[in-house]
Amino acid sequence: MLEVKALTSFYGDFQALFGIDLAVGENEVVSLIGSNGAGKTTSMRTITGLLHCDANMVLWKGQPIGHLRPDQIAKQGIAMVPEGRQLFPSLSVEENLRIGAQVNRPGFWNLVRVYELFPVLGERRNQASTTLSGGQQQMVAIGRALMANPEIILFDEISLGLAPIIINQIYEALPNIIDNGLSALIVEQDIARALKIAHRCYCLSEGKITLSGGTDVITQDDVSQAYFGV
Amino acid sequence: MVWVNSILQGVLLGGLYALFAAGLSLIFGIMRLVNIAHGDLIVLAAFLGLVVTSSLDIHPLASLVVVVPAMALLGYLLQYLLLNRTMSDDILPPLLVTFGLSVILQNVMLETFSADPQKMNTGALDTASITVGALHIGVLPLLMFAVAIAVIAGLQWLFYHTAIGRAFRATSDNADIAQLMGLNKKHVFSLAMALSLAVVAIAGIFLGTKTSFDPSSGPARLIFGFEAVIIGGLGNLWGTLFGGIILGVAQGIGAQIHPGLQQLAGHLVFLILLAIRPNGLFPRVAH
Repeated sequence: MLEVKALTSFYGDFQALFGIDLAVGENEVVSLIGSNGAGKTTSMRTITGLLHCDANMVLWKGQPIGHLRPDQIAKQGIAMVPEGRQLFPSLSVEENLRIGAQVNRPGFWNLVRVYELFPVLGERRNQASTTLSGGQQQMVAIGRALMANPEIILFDEISLGLAPIIINQIYEALPNIIDNGLSALIVEQDIARALKIAHRCYCLSEGKITLSGGTDVITQDDVSQAYFGV
Repeated sequence: MVWVNSILQGVLLGGLYALFAAGLSLIFGIMRLVNIAHGDLIVLAAFLGLVVTSSLDIHPLASLVVVVPAMALLGYLLQYLLLNRTMSDDILPPLLVTFGLSVILQNVMLETFSADPQKMNTGALDTASITVGALHIGVLPLLMFAVAIAVIAGLQWLFYHTAIGRAFRATSDNADIAQLMGLNKKHVFSLAMALSLAVVAIAGIFLGTKTSFDPSSGPARLIFGFEAVIIGGLGNLWGTLFGGIILGVAQGIGAQIHPGLQQLAGHLVFLILLAIRPNGLFPRVAH
């Protein structure tokens, strides 16, 4: 469904990605593993259109979307839960969720369903998003992405900076989210979790894919090797 | 009683300054754009009002029906076709471009309308007043003040109770992530400029009915606008109204002491407040 082909990316003279190929199928969960600076966030920012690339480097349902603006890509059904949540501080919890629905894609998810998934957000709907705990903010960020009724969600560093108990809660909620016919591309530092939640995984090192395959055959040792770029 | 009177006139004048400032504050708040041409756009709106008023033979306030949408359209196009090309993390390029725009506007207006001061005649409204005890309150300044409050209340409502207001705030917070919500940054920015120039249109018409104006009156309006915004605190519209009032009252009191002190008193109060409260009296959030 989502295909990335020979993707390269530059920050000025610095090349961050050296021809990445990856694919996410329908209802598939794929994890992207790699150390800091390996190019995970760059890949996600390029797929969502925040960084420029050639039209044919990113395909969505077979159509080139690499040249589109971020808002056009969002309307196609690609949502992102960005690293560090990045909620809108001057918007309340509910406004943060409502703005997710700005893309006008009707579907399963709406305010009521998001509040059912994360009841604590319903209790705090009128609070400023900055007054929530890190875990609750991550719930808002996930809810905001769901409100767009996307077909795929990109989760960037889903558990970074969260307490272990909160990470468990988020991971308990994930299957409910994905079972509603969503695909997901997940960036996760915890290799064990990354392999457990996903059907397939890719390892990224210094802007190149060093390992890919089904999580039923790839072991943590394989990943550690690829992780350190051996 | 003269003092009460000059304070009251200052308060009413503050409404006009708040109108000058509101559009300036709005676009700075949403897209960190410092519009140096803001004052010249106010004067342009006044000239546009003059043209509409004289060619259609209508009351200056009725010309708002034409001038407000015309200026809003101009704002949208200006942002979409020109200023969006200058927008980046660096706030200097748009500042320089609007500075150039200011020079161009002044000269085009000079070529078109000559340097003669103009004023729009509001007929009976020019001299109408209400007498309260020993005070005489002009109906036009009172109307101006009421409109300023209505405009600021309207903007406040728009910002906090509508989808477009939510989009403005989200874009102001984080333009990148706002795009991921399906908001086209360029369109949102252009709408913000359209809204800003709609307010400029109202400010321009009131400027033209209250006092005389000529193609070089813009920069002084810009200064008053800036001062009101900064006194009130960036990003706070009610603060901007209050900033306008402080400026107006300072000028009123200054003029009462000595006519030559009118402008100076306003600037002095601004400088004093800037020294003791650099973030203004009611800053919204720290950026």
